[in-house]
Amino acid sequence: MHGVVDVTAQAAKTSEAPSGPLLEVRDLTVEFATRRGVVTAVSEVNLTLAKGETLGIVGESGSGKSVTSYTVMRILDRAGRIAEGSITFSGMDVAHAPESAMRDLRGREMSMIFQNPRAALNPIRTVGRQIGDVLLQHVQADARNVKEKVIDILKQVRIARPEERYHAYPFELSGGMCQRIVIALALACRPQLMIADEPTTGLDVTTQKAVMDLVTELTRERGMSTLLITHDLGLAAAYCDTVMVMEKGRVVETAPAERIFRDPQHPYTRKLMRATPRPGITLKDLLPEEPDPLPPAGEGRVAANVSTPATVSGPSASPLPHAGHGASAVPLLKVENLLKEYPRQGAPSAFLSGLLGKKAPPEERIFRAVDGISFEVKKGESVGLVGESGCGKSTTSTIVMRLIDPTAGKITFDGEDISAVPAKDFAHHPLRGRIQMVFQDPTESLNPRYTAERAIADPLLRMGGMSGGAKLRARVAELAEMVGLPQNLLERFPHQLSGGQKARIGIARAIALDPDLVILDEPTAALDVSVQAVVLNLLEELKQRLGMSYLFVSHDLHVVGLLCDRVIVMRQGRIVEEGSSQQVLDAPKDAYTRELIAAIPHPPV
Amino acid sequence: MTLATADTQPRGLAATLAHARYVISDNPVTGIAFGMFLVLVVCALLGPFIVPYDPLASDTAAALQAPSAAHWFGTDNLGRDIFSRVIVATRLDMAIAVFSVALVFAAGGIAGIASGFFGGWTDRIIGRISDTIMAFPLFVLAMGIVAALGNTVTNIVIATAIINFPLYVRVARSEAAIRRQAGFVQAARLTGNSEWRILLTTILPNIMPIMMVQMSLTMGYAILNAAGLSFIGLGVRPPTPEWGIMVAEGAAYIVSGEWWIALFPGLALMFAVFCFNLLGDGLRDIVDPQRRT
Repeated sequence: MHGVVDVTAQAAKTSEAPSGPLLEVRDLTVEFATRRGVVTAVSEVNLTLAKGETLGIVGESGSGKSVTSYTVMRILDRAGRIAEGSITFSGMDVAHAPESAMRDLRGREMSMIFQNPRAALNPIRTVGRQIGDVLLQHVQADARNVKEKVIDILKQVRIARPEERYHAYPFELSGGMCQRIVIALALACRPQLMIADEPTTGLDVTTQKAVMDLVTELTRERGMSTLLITHDLGLAAAYCDTVMVMEKGRVVETAPAERIFRDPQHPYTRKLMRATPRPGITLKDLLPEEPDPLPPAGEGRVAANVSTPATVSGPSASPLPHAGHGASAVPLLKVENLLKEYPRQGAPSAFLSGLLGKKAPPEERIFRAVDGISFEVKKGESVGLVGESGCGKSTTSTIVMRLIDPTAGKITFDGEDISAVPAKDFAHHPLRGRIQMVFQDPTESLNPRYTAERAIADPLLRMGGMSGGAKLRARVAELAEMVGLPQNLLERFPHQLSGGQKARIGIARAIALDPDLVILDEPTAALDVSVQAVVLNLLEELKQRLGMSYLFVSHDLHVVGLLCDRVIVMRQGRIVEEGSSQQVLDAPKDAYTRELIAAIPHPPV
Repeated sequence: MTLATADTQPRGLAATLAHARYVISDNPVTGIAFGMFLVLVVCALLGPFIVPYDPLASDTAAALQAPSAAHWFGTDNLGRDIFSRVIVATRLDMAIAVFSVALVFAAGGIAGIASGFFGGWTDRIIGRISDTIMAFPLFVLAMGIVAALGNTVTNIVIATAIINFPLYVRVARSEAAIRRQAGFVQAARLTGNSEWRILLTTILPNIMPIMMVQMSLTMGYAILNAAGLSFIGLGVRPPTPEWGIMVAEGAAYIVSGEWWIALFPGLALMFAVFCFNLLGDGLRDIVDPQRRT
């Protein structure tokens, strides 16, 4: 797949006649006025984008990649200003252009695709009219032919049944479909430059592939230039001609895509590439090879910690060193015929249809989120639950967690039937402390008014039989030590901590009561790749040390493959494939699994 | 955020003060509001000790005098010094407002959080109760309550609290409903907290900032309501100095040209209400994380 993309990218580049750059940014410095004084978000950035070129800006959060693109569009927050440098867009000085000229430029000459397609669309206006508004605004259509033109554009972005979808509201469409509408909006006036800011973050891998293929095809067809902003090196590798790597507001490396992956020059680029999960590597391969010369605060210390764990030393000849080892044959968790049904939204109520004397068939009234699945998690084993959004993996994990009740089915935990206890009473159940969870978003899962110490102490206070004092503080300190959270950060509030540090608090809280089963709900989805690498290694180390079992819920097969012994692939509430990680990743039996694996872009290393 | 910068930032009270200073420099009106609030607090606490005349002492020889150096705000029909009466009245008016707001915060806040957090029947019952209250013209309802319960300051407090109840229920309900499924609430469930404990120790502290804004805004309204009830003869009775009664007493004299009797208590009323409204806006800026850049 990647080969194909690369070849076509080459073809496009050679067919393009060399001309002056479409966009040129020279020594751009952007500053923000904040409560603590002026902060430089971007400093001395240079970039050149030729007509028809696709430039990828890659970096982790806080690298200034989004600010750079916003500055090009001149849609910075009111606290931000261009301190220095110039931006030239097809001969026009963007940095000093009047606002009226910029308004005219935006949408017609340069347009943008945002990260969250649903947020970028007006929820109370049909998508057809929204596209029509853009056309009318820039005099690309008049009242008579606007609908016709919109339907034409919808066809171009491969929306099935465009006449019908013209009248659809954003909430009636799927995430991928909404992103197509946003692309349609961005391309409506045939701009010369398109800025895509993390266009596929939050979309499933298969949708991501479809959306990116569409963007590439459309922009190539029209000879448009694209600025692709992403944190995903794999995505940049697959779809960009040139890649620019940014770190802390500075460009550290710019090179053609093939070269940057074959021969990365800057240590930061190398670190990023190592941290990106890809097939055929082990967890430890994700960590930087040499000790980081300038460790990011709080992270570096632990990275060093984790890279030398005495416990993790499996047969490293195998690409998955932990596969099978440590797992005993005793099932810790046994799920049998688990079923969860929800009433379908918008379906006529039973009362109403009863009144009309007709009954809708059950498949129209009821939606099965989880459709009779069975699986086991053995002691000391980590099992991955993989699938795209809506496949029922989160519902399954929430039921196993006993936060919601299943419609039918049996869950046995350590020989005890826990599905018999209603979810609302489970908080006081003695087994509560033995099944814990690490949440997806470390920020959202921490009470903003609790310090790190209080958050970690919470389970100990409620279920650990501790009531404050030195013993509690010692235990919290021990837990912090285990997850590599520096002691001096314990008195901080969540908003004073970085994403990785918050993730550590979430993990410390989950392991506070020495649980037997920890459910990991995409624990690294909200983290940067380098932090993800450290957190995954930490999780593995803790598992070895404490002998826990993991149920790892994720959409990313590569990440799951790194951490899990066994993988379960779900689709539409059913299990489509189950087997050892190695087997599922290397020789998938099911067509859907193959499709999932093929859709993951990764750097060609 | 790196360790170095995080370590240098102030903590606790110092951080709050620094943030308040930042907000005030950004919007000086908030600073003015805090200044006005301070004036009200000083008047309420020290009023009877700093006024030049006894607010209840009548002096018929000096009745209906226009404002002068001796009587800054003039005197009323019984010769009482209006300036002294306006200042002394602050305590009573503020006390009514503070107690009624505290009462409605406790009742309406908890009811609203429970309503938003538990949903279902709790939500329906509390929602219908507040709808019923909303169905009445609120001032008329307050009049009815005071008339039925009896003409006392306590009953004004209760009536003011009841008519504000739906406002608190709605704000607390929507804020709690947003956080009902938040990650940290789920996490609290996992760590063995009961639902009521989550409500009181997790949800309530998190919606306190927004409730503080609501409290400040209703303070003004509560003062106005108390004065309104007194104006029509319910609640506080003469000769107690109270802004509403004083306006009512002075109203009859406006036609004959003695404008100062009604004007100055009216201005005091306006000052207080204006102060709390500005303060509410300012507090909103302080607690709004969007502005915490």
